[in-house]
Parts: sequence; structure tokens; C-alpha cells
Amino acid sequence: MNMFWENVRLALTSLRTNKSRTFLTMLGIIIGIAAVIAIKTVGNSLSLSVSDSMQSMGANNITVYLNSKEADKDETEDGYVFGTVTNDRALTKDDLFNDEMIMGMFRQFSDSIAAISTQAEVETTTVKKGTNSKSLSISGVSLGYFTANSLEFVSGGFFSADEAKDGRNVIIVGTDFVDSLYGGNYAGIIGETVSMPLYNKNMDFVVVGVYKYQASIYTMNSSSSAYIPLKAAQSITHFDRYTTFSVVSKVGVDSDELAVSIKDYLNGFYRNSNRLEVETYNMASMISGMNDMMGKITTAVSVIAGIALLVGGIGVMNIMLVSITERTREIGTRKALGATNGYIRMQFIIEAVVICIIGGTIGILTGLLMGAIGAKILGFAAAPSVSSIVGSLAFSMFIGIFFGYYPANKAAKMNPIDALRYE
Amino acid sequence: MSEGANTVISLKNIIKRFYIGTPNELQILNGITLDVHEGEFVSIVGQSGSGKSTLMNLIGLLDRPTEGEYHIDGLDTASASDNDLSYIRNQQIGFVFQTYNLVPKTDALKNVELPMLYAGVSRKERTQRALELLELVDMGDRTKHLPEELSGGQKQRVAIARAMANDPAIILADEPTGALDSKTGRAVMDLFHKLNKEQGKTILLITHSNELAEETDRIITIKDGYITGERKGSGCVPTPSETVSESEVTEA
Ligand SMILES: Nc1ncnc2c1ncn2[C@@H]1O[C@H](COP(=O)(O)OP(=O)(O)OP(=O)(O)O)[C@@H](O)[C@H]1O
Ligand SMILES: [Mg+2]
Repeated sequence: MNMFWENVRLALTSLRTNKSRTFLTMLGIIIGIAAVIAIKTVGNSLSLSVSDSMQSMGANNITVYLNSKEADKDETEDGYVFGTVTNDRALTKDDLFNDEMIMGMFRQFSDSIAAISTQAEVETTTVKKGTNSKSLSISGVSLGYFTANSLEFVSGGFFSADEAKDGRNVIIVGTDFVDSLYGGNYAGIIGETVSMPLYNKNMDFVVVGVYKYQASIYTMNSSSSAYIPLKAAQSITHFDRYTTFSVVSKVGVDSDELAVSIKDYLNGFYRNSNRLEVETYNMASMISGMNDMMGKITTAVSVIAGIALLVGGIGVMNIMLVSITERTREIGTRKALGATNGYIRMQFIIEAVVICIIGGTIGILTGLLMGAIGAKILGFAAAPSVSSIVGSLAFSMFIGIFFGYYPANKAAKMNPIDALRYE
Repeated sequence: MSEGANTVISLKNIIKRFYIGTPNELQILNGITLDVHEGEFVSIVGQSGSGKSTLMNLIGLLDRPTEGEYHIDGLDTASASDNDLSYIRNQQIGFVFQTYNLVPKTDALKNVELPMLYAGVSRKERTQRALELLELVDMGDRTKHLPEELSGGQKQRVAIARAMANDPAIILADEPTGALDSKTGRAVMDLFHKLNKEQGKTILLITHSNELAEETDRIITIKDGYITGERKGSGCVPTPSETVSESEVTEA
């Protein structure tokens, strides 16, 4: 231990006397490690943010939607081009999903389905209270919506089954709405009546729940989401068809498999349609797709980083050979004073390891910075990957030992008198 | 001449050849037989190129003889491993070189500590002893100086302090005053006398100065790799010491 720290001190001294040379030697390692850390940070940020949205959307959710069959033929008479069918006027109401289809599907797969979430957008309206106003985007949702989308209630709760069945005028609002208009009195607003214009008619809704608003990259507009029973929405819009809905699979059910079954089942209704087909996507397959892509990028970057590290390691070896040649007489002196071959070997291996660890540390810091910037640009919270930091340090150490061994061994095996007489 | 003292260095028919590519083969030492006793101060003189340093390096275990037997403190060096030799160099031998050979970028104190570091002495003990030794060679006020910040004489005194670090029985000095002016050289010689008389160190000194050689117990002359002469010296510093001066045949 005594000698170990003495060697570290010695290594630092010798590196300090050759600052620029040492730094240039470290560059390969810095670049290699920085690249790995940066990509790992971005990847980690990405998968963390995905698993965040997984929690809000639910990993077992399968989104079912209607897609146009041939992308290039998707033009309505007035030239409107669409991919996913949303508000296509050229399509008739009968082309869309209806409750019958959905219920049929549910009966078919009731063993696998925990809930079905259907949703109908009503419109975005404005609620006024005194001089303040807040824009509310109103959606009608089935009870399954709350299974598919985990909302956290701060007061009150879901609609009752009766309220849902009868389509009563009840509403669930967000904390952001209460903050804006009701001074944050979450408990007090329960049972209050909120008035708003919908479809040019003034309507009253009784507040039954306040959910916790969470800012995320998906909520970019300033309107607050509010939920009313699906039935109530349909009686306002007079529209009871859907372009999309979600299915929540039961625990232990393979969502991918269920998604395929649902798709096949529903496509039965569209067999004769030359315009529409049913598509599904689920979080699980999206995540695995994303992970696949991230994996490929990581592999590519790792190969480049590996080359940089190899070159860096050879640089370290080279500089160690130079250093050893320069210090031949010093090595001879040390041997004359009683240093064993093992000690000399250790001295230079430690020097190489110190170079690599300093390089690795600079690389890690650079990589974290780059990764944080990258994550910010992509819009995720930066999440450094601890395992890759630890791994990088260990790997730097390994490079130092691996590429330092040969020069160090060369120094160790020098004949003392030849080293002392070296000019 | 043994006077009952132990033989610490015993050379028998030592031959050293250098191979500088076939068919060239240089025989530098042609069968050296020499005994050095505990507490003796021996000087080795001879022309340049006669093989003095080569002999000294063999004695110091920095090199191995081509033929012949060498016992140090009764141990046959032929059977010793590299690690054994390192250990003996560390514990029993102190080197003083003409070119000082202080480790660069390392201050006087750390230089003196080095042999103790290799011996596994604790940091505290090392520093304390190094300070004492630097005090002994009158370098107590230069402990934090780097070699490049010291004069030749100062460097040599640090080197002597370093040679003493593990309290070795033998000190080997190859022209320690060679690069110093006569006054500084005198001071270094006085130091050797002190170590020899007060601490009983066995000292082997190579010198080109006949005056300095005369001060030692025994003077050995080497010529073309043979010991050609051996005589007793005064074994003490002549008084007044000012008499040793310009006649020195030093060379750098
Ligand atoms: N490693 C070596 N390879 C070849 N020849 C060598 C080697 N070391 C020493 N010699 C030769 O051995 C001879 C004796 O050298 P050595 O250094 O022992 O002389 P010296 O008596 O110490 O001389 P000086 O008084 O000049 O120091 C020289 O001719 C030298 O060329
Ligand atoms: Mg010589």
C-alpha cells in the first residue's frame, strides 16, 4: 500500500511534467469513453422517459385504430391527404368503429381483456370565473379509460357506474384548472357546478374528481384536460363512432398476441372495405422497437469508440515506451537502490493506469455533458447511466494495465548496469 | 592484513567479457582476486579504461561476472536470483556515483527515502531518517530542493545520504569527487572518512587522485584488467587538509 500510493504520486509527478504530451496521449481514450458515455446517457434518458410514459399509458395498453389501406390513394375529393383516419369528411360515419363491433370484440376475447377505453373528443372550450378564464379540453371517456390511463386523484374520484351509464353531466378536472380558477381548493370544488359553452349551448357539470396534473412532453398546449362520461359526450356531439380506442390486456396476457387477434377480428368488418384497415400498436412492441433501434445505435457508436480506445491504448503504450527510454538511467538508479523488477513493473503499470483513468474520467465528464445536451435536444430528462460510468472507469483501468504491461515489463527486465550506463 | 575482521567482499578469479557482436569479444577483467574486510577503506586506482568501473559494478551486483566466484558477506552471488540481488543492493550496499544519479523531479528528501521505500519502511520512519541523514551531510536546509536546484557538491552529499539510507555495511563510490572542485571533493572525502571511522562502514572508492587514494587504508592498482599493485595507505586525512589541492587529476 505504501508503495502503491508512492507510485501514484510518482505517476502524477511525471505526468505533470509532461502535461501536453500526456493530454494528447489521453485524447483517444477521452474520445472513446466520451462517445460511449454520451450514447449511453441518451439511451438511458430515452428508455427512462419511455418507461415513464409506459406508466402513464400503461404497458398493457393496446391502441386500436383505423388506417387507410394505400397511402398514395389517400386523397379525398378536396385534396385532403391523411394517414391515420381522424376527421375525414369523405368517410361516412358507418365506416368507423361502433359500440357493437367493440362489444363483439370484447366478448370474443373477454378472457384476455381487462378493460376497454373508448374516448370521444367533444371540443375545447373556455370556463370563466370572475375575471379569470381557463381553456378546458373536454373528452368523453368510458370507465375503461381510467384503467388504461392511470390518473392520480387528489380529491373525489371516477364517475360512478350509474353516472357513466346514464351519461350524467359530471366532470373530472385537473389540478391546473383548480389552481387557475379556484385558488387550489381541490376539496372544496367537489360538488360545485362548472358552466361552459359546448356546441354553442351553455352546459353545467358537477365536479366529481380532481386529478393530479402532470406536465409532460405530451401536454404542450395550455388547455387543461377534463373528462365527462362518454354517454354525455355522445349526446352533445350526436356521434357514437370511434376512429380509435384502447384495450387493456389482463395481467399475464401477451399483449402482442392479443393485439394481433384483435386486429384480425376487427379486420373481419373491413374485409370489403378498399379504403380502411385496422391497425394496432402497443407500448410493449413500441418499447422493444425503440430498444432495438437504440441497441443498433449503441453498437455502432461502441464500435467507433472501441477503435478510438484501441488507438488510445496504443498511444498510451507508445508514450510509455518513450517515457521508459527517457528514464532509462532513472530505472537503473532505482534498481541500484534496490528496486526489484516487480516494483519497476508496478511503477510503470500504475503510471499507465493513472493516465488512462484520468483520461477516462475526463471522457466520462465530457460524455455526460454531451449526453445531457443530446437528451435535452431530444426533449428528455438527462439520466446518466451509472453502470456505464463504473464500466468505463474499469475499462480505462484495464486499458492501462493491458497497454502498460509491455512497456512496464520492458523497463522491469532492464539490466541494471545497462540502464545506468544508458546515454 | 585481515586483522581478524570478517571478509565482506571476496572475489576469486573474476573474469568479465563483453560481447559486442561476433567475433568481437572484449575481455575487460582477466581474473581478479580480491578480499575486502569489514570496516576497511579501500581505494582502487588505475588508468582510464583499465576496468575499475566494470569491477565496481560487479561488486555492486549491478552486473554478473562471466567467470569466477563472488561472495558477499559469505553468500555466493552466482546462485542468487535477481530479486535476491535487489535485496542485497538495497540492504547491504550504498552506491555513490560520479554523476550523482539523483532521481529527477524528486526532491532531496524523497531521493534519500527511496531505498527505504523499497525496503518497506513506513512513511513516517522514512521521512525522519532521511531528515537525519540530510542533516548528517549538512544538507538539512535543502530537503525540499529538486536535484536541478542543487549544485554538484550538494547533489553528491544528497547521494551519500541516500547511500546511507538503509545503513548498509558497504559503500561503493565510483569517482565520487570526479565532477567536483577540489574543495568540495575534500568535503565529500571527509564525509567518507567520518562514515568509515565513526560508523565502521566498509568503503570501496575509485579515484583518479593519488592524494585521495593515499588517505585510504589500502590502495589497489588495476591495469588492463589485472590487479598490478596493492599497498597500504595512511588511512587518515593529512593535516593541514589544504595541502590537497591543485594536483588533483580530476576529469569529468
Ligand atoms: N557494456 C560494455 N560493452 C562493451 N565494452 C564495455 C562495456 N562496459 C565497459 N566496456 C569496456 O571496458 C573497458 C573498461 O571500462 P571501465 O568503465 O571499467 O573503465 P574504467 O577503468 O572505469 O575507466 P575510467 O577511469 O575512464 O572510468 C573499456 O574499454 C570499455 O570500453
Ligand atoms: Mg570508470
